[in-house]
Amino acid sequence: MTLLDVKNVNKRFGGLQAVSDVSFTVDRGMIKAVIGPNGAGKTTLFNLISGNTPLNSGTISFNNKKIHGFKPYQVAQCGISRTFQNIKLFHDMTALENVMVGRHTKSRAGFMAGMFHLPFTWGEEKEIRHKCLELLELLEIRELADVEATSLSFGQQRAVEFARALASEPDLLLLDEPAAGLNIYETAEIARLISKIRSQGITVLLVEHDMSLVMDISDEIVVLSFGRKIAEDTPREIQQNKEVIQIYLGDDDVEN
Amino acid sequence: MKTQRFIPFFLLALVLAGLQFLTQITDTSYYLTQMTMTAYYSLVIIGLCLVMGYAGQISLGHAGFFAIGGYTSAVLTTYNLIHLLEKGNSFVLFLAGKGLLVNGENLYGESLLYVTPWLACILALVLTALIAFLIGIPVLKLKGHYLAMATMGFGIIIYRVVLAWEIMGEADGISDVPGFTLMPGITVNGDFSNRIQNYYIACTILLVAFILLQNLIHSRVGRALRAIHGSEEAADAMGVNTARYKLYTFVLSAVFAALAGIFLTHYNGGIGPSEAGIMKSVRYVAIVAIGGMASMWGTLIMASVLNFLSLRGLFGSYDDAVFGVILIIIMLFAPDGILRLHIWQRFKKFKTGK
Repeated sequence: MTLLDVKNVNKRFGGLQAVSDVSFTVDRGMIKAVIGPNGAGKTTLFNLISGNTPLNSGTISFNNKKIHGFKPYQVAQCGISRTFQNIKLFHDMTALENVMVGRHTKSRAGFMAGMFHLPFTWGEEKEIRHKCLELLELLEIRELADVEATSLSFGQQRAVEFARALASEPDLLLLDEPAAGLNIYETAEIARLISKIRSQGITVLLVEHDMSLVMDISDEIVVLSFGRKIAEDTPREIQQNKEVIQIYLGDDDVEN
Repeated sequence: MKTQRFIPFFLLALVLAGLQFLTQITDTSYYLTQMTMTAYYSLVIIGLCLVMGYAGQISLGHAGFFAIGGYTSAVLTTYNLIHLLEKGNSFVLFLAGKGLLVNGENLYGESLLYVTPWLACILALVLTALIAFLIGIPVLKLKGHYLAMATMGFGIIIYRVVLAWEIMGEADGISDVPGFTLMPGITVNGDFSNRIQNYYIACTILLVAFILLQNLIHSRVGRALRAIHGSEEAADAMGVNTARYKLYTFVLSAVFAALAGIFLTHYNGGIGPSEAGIMKSVRYVAIVAIGGMASMWGTLIMASVLNFLSLRGLFGSYDDAVFGVILIIIMLFAPDGILRLHIWQRFKKFKTGK
């Protein structure tokens, strides 16, 4: 069943066609990866889906509902959660508090309820805390709950960001280069966590440079080059795809 | 847990009452005037603390909101409506019919007719909220220095308006503002006989506002505001409507400023253009900064101490310069505020032996 449907999406920045007529779908329950050389338009594509950048033409639907033109918070409210390439945790807040912000769309206390500490917020706060501690447990960082998030190691920060994104119980998780800045051990760890997240029934769409990670965990791969989709297939097929090899390794290697 | 939350507030109330008791036994009850004014100024500053320390936005226009509140209330409670009534203005007749106007007589026996302070207060708050809302929508799209400049521009506009508009008394401001009778026997005014009562009125308002803000920052909304401060983009991605949260916070703190303006105007019996001046806004910002930005308690303590010293004239004619210099020094050497040099964490560590 199609969860995310990206159709003929275009994005120009002045004279640069960053994303050009890209279409693909993500089925429920799969891990799909978007790869491509630097400047291929991967992050732009991501920002189009998450609402950070408005698109020029094309449609994006999620759960059969049009989501292009939505603001990022509206996209989040639809059930799409994301992480960032350069980790964006909230400073001066503990790991747990960071994750609790992720629970925003699943709770409802507003300004008045907050100021007057209305009774319905008591149970809500308890529920938020409980759920978020569970997520920290799932991502194996329970013991770091009360540590200031930005003082954690890079890998741990990434895990906190995952937990924060999961706190809204999203249908789709967008991971923007989850292995960026991590060593091979941490990358393997992240790969394990992503598989674990998928086993919770969450669909994952990731943008990634690290080939080992992508080939290991993804069910399908979309390859972008200069803003165009040049291939979309299983990891095994992508590894054999001549065009893909060409853009990654250059012409000579094909001839050899 | 629930009762523990209230212990600090209870202690704060005790301290405030203790200070009053202290002035009584040391026969220095003339301090109460400045202490009352300090409480009202602190109300503006804790509201600004929410905007600056928690939502991470800046406003150099809060003296403007203070002035809008104070001036609106002052104009409404001193503008003589008797001629309009005599002309048969239907709106004035309607207000009179609802008992929302008060009669009076001046020294020469001419009859006077004013809006009651209660109605004036509500109208002033609504007007301030409305203006803050309308200004906030475009202005809060800006960030950092640009936001500071835009809010400062707003503050300057308000200052020029009250300085130039005849109904606002121009450079003289408005005097002879009547007392504000909150309920029979409780009146906000500057009478000597009412000094102790007024001190407690001011402290009660400050304490209630402080508790409301403390509740807010420890709620879901407070978390979202701190998240906006931390990373607006990430907060947005978590489903926080950042624009709306910033706007509501701005309006809320403007209303706090207006409330302080209204009560202080009734307490002083008048208001002048200096209350709208840019240096007042700078002072509020400086005090939030020195209080530790994201620290309500630090801000409250600093607001109380510095405002009191300033009102007692300790800084003399260097008053404005002192706050300007404080702001510069804080920004240069302790951008997190001097009360956040982690003394508490060290103390906690010491206690738990880690």
